[in-house]
Amino acid sequence: MTVVFVVTIALLTVAAGCAIYRAERGPSMLDRTVALDVFTTTIVGAIALEAAYARRATTIPILVVMSLVAFVGSVTVARFAAVEREEEGRIELPPAQGDVDAADDAGLAAAEAAVEPPEGGER
Amino acid sequence: MSIDWNGVADVVAAICMLLGAFLAFAAGIGIVRFPDLLARMHAATKPQVLGLILMLVAVGLRVHVWSVVGMLVLVVVFQLLTAPVAAHMVGRAGFRTGKVPHEDLVVDDLTDDQEAALAEEDVAEAAEEERPPSDASPSDTPSSDAPR
Repeated sequence: MTVVFVVTIALLTVAAGCAIYRAERGPSMLDRTVALDVFTTTIVGAIALEAAYARRATTIPILVVMSLVAFVGSVTVARFAAVEREEEGRIELPPAQGDVDAADDAGLAAAEAAVEPPEGGER
Repeated sequence: MSIDWNGVADVVAAICMLLGAFLAFAAGIGIVRFPDLLARMHAATKPQVLGLILMLVAVGLRVHVWSVVGMLVLVVVFQLLTAPVAAHMVGRAGFRTGKVPHEDLVVDDLTDDQEAALAEEDVAEAAEEERPPSDASPSDTPSSDAPR
């Protein structure tokens, strides 16, 4: 039984990592919303896994709350999605830019800083 | 001969748990690998319904308490009600903000309807411009704002 739980934890961890990767990369707000939906579902799965492993029921109400919060979050973001200009999304660096790299890195850091707060607020 | 029903329930729970986690894993891979918004939404749906049901069945089989089973059913009902609504909202917003490549769509009724509505609007505007200006100017302001 322990082997099954270790395999399950590994699968869920990879899924959560992929979702976080897409939430960071995702060119538009809606891609990030979908990725965070998957992340929430993975968290629900992890909590359910823990409850099944320890045979205890104290964490089950969290599942109800998480499933509702995920719905409200994605609907809110989708409702207020606007047309994003190309440069507002993730800046994709072309490979091997040479001397322009430093300026682009500064722009990248600024773009990430601008993107970070709404993501934190969404969860 | 007596069957160990607890052991059977544990084995079924383990299988359900593995399948549910595999669906979550597949969604994670799909959401990274797929090229555009609608394909990613397609991948993201897998653990939201079937994967969640499988994992919660596993919890119900491991925890033998009826109140817990009631709450798990509640979670599944909420998810079945809200997942289509959220997916519809995201897909609609994606379509309206140009995240959906139109040349990939096999059936594209919404664009046809939008173009038809725009053409109708143009015809109506042309008809209004043909009227004498004394008649058009008072009736123009309310009627041109309302239908749009």
